Amino acid sequence: MAVNVLKRVGIGTAVLVGLCAFYVGYRQLYLATGWTRPFVVDAYSMPPLQSIVSRLWQPAATEQPVLVQVLLEKAAFTAKEAAAGFAIGAVFGIAIGVVFHFSNVLRRGFLPYAVGSQTVPILAIAPMVVIWLGGRGLPVWIPVAVISAFLTFFPVAINTLRGLDSADPRKLELMRSYAASEFGTLWRVKFPCALPYLFSAFKVAATASVVGAIIGELPSSIQDGIGGAILNFAQYYSLDPSALWATNIVAATLGILFYCIVAIVERLVVHRAPENVA
Amino acid sequence: MTGAAAVSIRNVSKTFGKGGTKALQNIELDFQPGEFVSLIGPSGCGKSTLLRVIGDLIDPSEGEAIIGGKTAHQARLDRDYGMVFQEATLMDWRTVERNVSLPLEMMGWDRSTRRERVRELLELVELTGFEDHHPWQLSGGMQQRVAIARALTFNPSLILMDEPFGALDEMTRDRLNLELLRIWEATGATVVFVTHSIAEAVFLSSRVVVMSARPGRVQKLVEVDLAYPRTNDTREEARFFELATEVRELLRESHDAREEA
Repeated sequence: MAVNVLKRVGIGTAVLVGLCAFYVGYRQLYLATGWTRPFVVDAYSMPPLQSIVSRLWQPAATEQPVLVQVLLEKAAFTAKEAAAGFAIGAVFGIAIGVVFHFSNVLRRGFLPYAVGSQTVPILAIAPMVVIWLGGRGLPVWIPVAVISAFLTFFPVAINTLRGLDSADPRKLELMRSYAASEFGTLWRVKFPCALPYLFSAFKVAATASVVGAIIGELPSSIQDGIGGAILNFAQYYSLDPSALWATNIVAATLGILFYCIVAIVERLVVHRAPENVA
Repeated sequence: MTGAAAVSIRNVSKTFGKGGTKALQNIELDFQPGEFVSLIGPSGCGKSTLLRVIGDLIDPSEGEAIIGGKTAHQARLDRDYGMVFQEATLMDWRTVERNVSLPLEMMGWDRSTRRERVRELLELVELTGFEDHHPWQLSGGMQQRVAIARALTFNPSLILMDEPFGALDEMTRDRLNLELLRIWEATGATVVFVTHSIAEAVFLSSRVVVMSARPGRVQKLVEVDLAYPRTNDTREEARFFELATEVRELLRESHDAREEA
């Protein structure tokens, strides 16, 4: 187990180093050759890696703490929104999946709308959510969490449905032979069968919830999160490109962190045969 | 109700789909309490369907199954029978112990009583020490023993088995046959056992129901007059061969009749 963890950390580090090397190498190659396609490489389009990293330890703006501290605080705020959004989305997604599983009528009637909801650009709905939920004494981040949940519920709903449908008919027959209630079968057989599907959905939803939270901050003019920082630094990009790059790295790290949390919980919760061999 | 048959199948027919295949036709059978009955026949003779009618997992198109004086439906609600399938059908997220105790959990037994009962049953099927294993860590034969233990947990008076050893190699099958007889004698339950194997049917049963296919009918009831307890030597007795030959010829007859038709 410990060896396994070491191996994983080793691979992760190697990949990270490889990515950095690629960035640096690409940059050097283009600067040396003067190639211009697909775009001209300079300190503006691709700031040097060391300046992105060192930017983290410079003040975010005059009279402010260092950038990394500011970004971590903002990341914590966005993480709160995303976590709440993930939770709301997961609960709704599971509920919708269960309802669709039991009712063919509702499944046929509403599944197209659930799919349709995902084709609406989130930026188009975000202002409405902010107006509906804003200014009611609720914390400002609640509308953002709801926007994040909007991206989260869909994969969870679809995979819950698939997972519940996947339960082996023999197992269901067995439960019937015990005169099990509908709920008993759901809880003891169908949910456990759906768990691997659910965790696939949670992995997608984990990163989507961070994206949703960041985008949700934009129309709500929330300055306390990563979304606000991205908007802010994007406006000053021509003066200070490294700041936006650094912010994006922090945002990506937050998404990866969410993903890793789900992956770890999955390993703790789902006990299955290796590769599910029968 | 004294003298009620353990299982009484009254004029049961089953047709799948509208005007579809007739799986069972006018089946009439009575099994006595404590009997070990095998259903044997070519594939498509409806033996598994008949087993599911007894277990109220399929509704017959006509007729009914009466279990110990109750309708099959009531018997299922009362958990009067335990079921074993060809696949062990264990929950792979549960340990052996929790698989065996699954029916007890649903019947609301408390934890310590469950533990005690599971311990007894694992002893009965000789799997003591495997409580904390997961199903995929066990061989096919061991998995099937877990399934048998699970079917016995709540002491049902009837055990329905649908080719439980069909997927196992012959050595394992022979050993589990002996074990099953020992368990049957220990519990005194009635067993209805579906199989493809002539040797298995004759070795285990007090009676063999030979069925013919399309539509599934009872061709003949063969009384197996070999003394219990049966041992590996039973398989070498002349009478065993005679009975096996009789069953084989009945099966061939039904097959030939169908070819001619």
